[in-house]
Amino acid sequence: MPDLTIGPKVRHPLHLHDKKLKELEAVAMRIREDVIDMLVEAGSGHSAGPLGMADIFAALYFHVMEHDPKDPDWEDRDRLILSNGHTCPVRYAAMAEAGYFPKKYLMTLRKLGSPLQGHPERTKLPGVETTSGPLGSGSSQAVGLAYAALLDKKPWRVYCMMSDGELDAGQTWEAMLFAGRNKLYNCTFIIDRNNIQIDGNTESIMPLEPLPEKFAAFGLHVERCAGNSIPDIIRAIERAHSITEQPTVIIADTIPGYGVPYMEYDFAWHGKPPKAGEESRGAIEALRTLGGRIMSEHE
Amino acid sequence: MSKGEKPQKGLNKDAHLVRDLFARAKVKQLPTRDGYGEGLVLAGKHDEKIVVICADLTESTRSLGFKNAFPDRFVQMGVSEQSMASIAAGMAMAGKVPFISSYAAFSPGRNWEQIRTCIALNQTNVKIAGAHAGVSVGPDGATHQMIEDIAIMRVMPNMRVMVPCDSIESKKATVAAAFTEGPCYLRFAREKTPVFTTDKTPFKLGRAETFRHGTDATIIAAGPVLYEALCAAEALSKHGIEVRVINMHTVKPLDVKAVVIAAKETGCLVTIEEAQAAGGLGGAVSEALSAFSPVPLERMGMQDRFGESGEPTDLMEAFGLTSRYVEMAVKRAMCRKNGERVPEIPEYKTAAEEQLARLQKQIMEEALARTPKRWGGKKPDNSLKSRA
Repeated sequence: MPDLTIGPKVRHPLHLHDKKLKELEAVAMRIREDVIDMLVEAGSGHSAGPLGMADIFAALYFHVMEHDPKDPDWEDRDRLILSNGHTCPVRYAAMAEAGYFPKKYLMTLRKLGSPLQGHPERTKLPGVETTSGPLGSGSSQAVGLAYAALLDKKPWRVYCMMSDGELDAGQTWEAMLFAGRNKLYNCTFIIDRNNIQIDGNTESIMPLEPLPEKFAAFGLHVERCAGNSIPDIIRAIERAHSITEQPTVIIADTIPGYGVPYMEYDFAWHGKPPKAGEESRGAIEALRTLGGRIMSEHE
Repeated sequence: MSKGEKPQKGLNKDAHLVRDLFARAKVKQLPTRDGYGEGLVLAGKHDEKIVVICADLTESTRSLGFKNAFPDRFVQMGVSEQSMASIAAGMAMAGKVPFISSYAAFSPGRNWEQIRTCIALNQTNVKIAGAHAGVSVGPDGATHQMIEDIAIMRVMPNMRVMVPCDSIESKKATVAAAFTEGPCYLRFAREKTPVFTTDKTPFKLGRAETFRHGTDATIIAAGPVLYEALCAAEALSKHGIEVRVINMHTVKPLDVKAVVIAAKETGCLVTIEEAQAAGGLGGAVSEALSAFSPVPLERMGMQDRFGESGEPTDLMEAFGLTSRYVEMAVKRAMCRKNGERVPEIPEYKTAAEEQLARLQKQIMEEALARTPKRWGGKKPDNSLKSRA
């Protein structure tokens, strides 16, 4: 086995100033609004996952990752693998916000000829890293990238976003075996733990808990964080960066449909957009206060 | 026409197709997966050994009806297609008749090896139902548009492959699979398509049905695109070209006799399927022809490319899967039969590629023209569909 012990460096501190936090929270708000606008324009697609993951994407693209939107193929960029490809609207919105492509292309989601395919495709949009949709193969690709990076002593890290539903797939656990065996400490898995999948709640379809113990048994360092709290997400990632003997999995407890009260916690919103009109206007209205969690300045 | 002689042209009355077959707007439209759901319940009533196993897609694969009717015989797998195939094999070895239900991209797409060893090689009595097959899945894009399934299932020994043309035939195929011992693959689609057969339309696993008589050329189709083939034949008939149309709902075992008779009597063939033109129905027919009766053959389908996101009707048009392209293919096959020169690249392929480029450009321009100010465009933000 090659010596994999010298690898990535953390290239900038993740310390979060108040001002930066406010910026990131504003980015997450814009991403959520863009997601709803895009989905309604497209007329199909997934709502709950992308809304729940907006804070994680804001943290990754605007604070955590080393990347260059103007040079998406930069060799030393951190790699973000989106294994749960159906949630791509959140990635597209974050990428547009970061400057990978003009925002006008958000109008074209899921349309014929668009670089923004219904499930993301590596060959259609620079910066997408890999094609995904069929669940379970992202984590394997992530460990492949991470292994190669350590072989070549590259400084970049791999982040792999996954859904909890896709933990049903055996391939995920094959990837975890490999990650644990090879101590791929440059690889961080982030699980969107929103407790829903298409047919129902994860714990009624195929119970996953106790999740932390499962991952720990595979040789991973486990962090758990509030997935809709940017400071908590960043705290967990900082911990992941400081672990040099193990890959880390961050179980990010998120609220599916976060910010739109009628979608929150409801598995029925896994795979459909709001209807244009009252429903979508209500969603956008609600997002501005995160479903009433943020009080108006005048109150 | 003397008694006992085969009719030379026109719809086959014995096929009992719907009235007003060519009045597209009048023909009822339902997705073929609906017939799967109905067939499951029907078969489930007659045989309590039938179990339905589903990988987190109960409603969209239409397994829900069976779940509601026989909750004790419905098994939820979660997102575990590979395990699902092997678990089904285990249940079959214990006497059950499992139907495994998912999208074709995942089953048989992802679990092909488990199907090969545990179901086909093992000769276990498992039925594999692949929903959302073909490019007509639409906006979900290439990852979910399964177009290799007919080919990969057809090459598997012991496997039967059925591609029903409408929801009524889907029901018949599902019931036939339930009461035929051994592995079987059933292919279904997501979108609504014309229901043009009736309960009286003959259906027998492994037997092709002639839906239209003709002597100038033969179109062999499997799946909902059969309707496009019939429309093309009807249009060509107005120009004095009489085309036989064969419903090859069973791609394996192939009704070789029907193919060879068609080759001998009409001298040229066209195949069409909403799948790769290589390896599937087109592959099966060309193998039969090369062995017994080589005649010109045009294989229509996806021409060695993946699909992409788009509206189903646009995609069918852009990938050359509608009647006007079938007409082109028939004319080309007839030219070849008559020894006339034809362009190296088939006209129906070139025309589809041009149409794809045209539609892409048009649809992108229309979408981008509506860009609101917040995304760098000129339109007011409340012109977005979500805000109007």
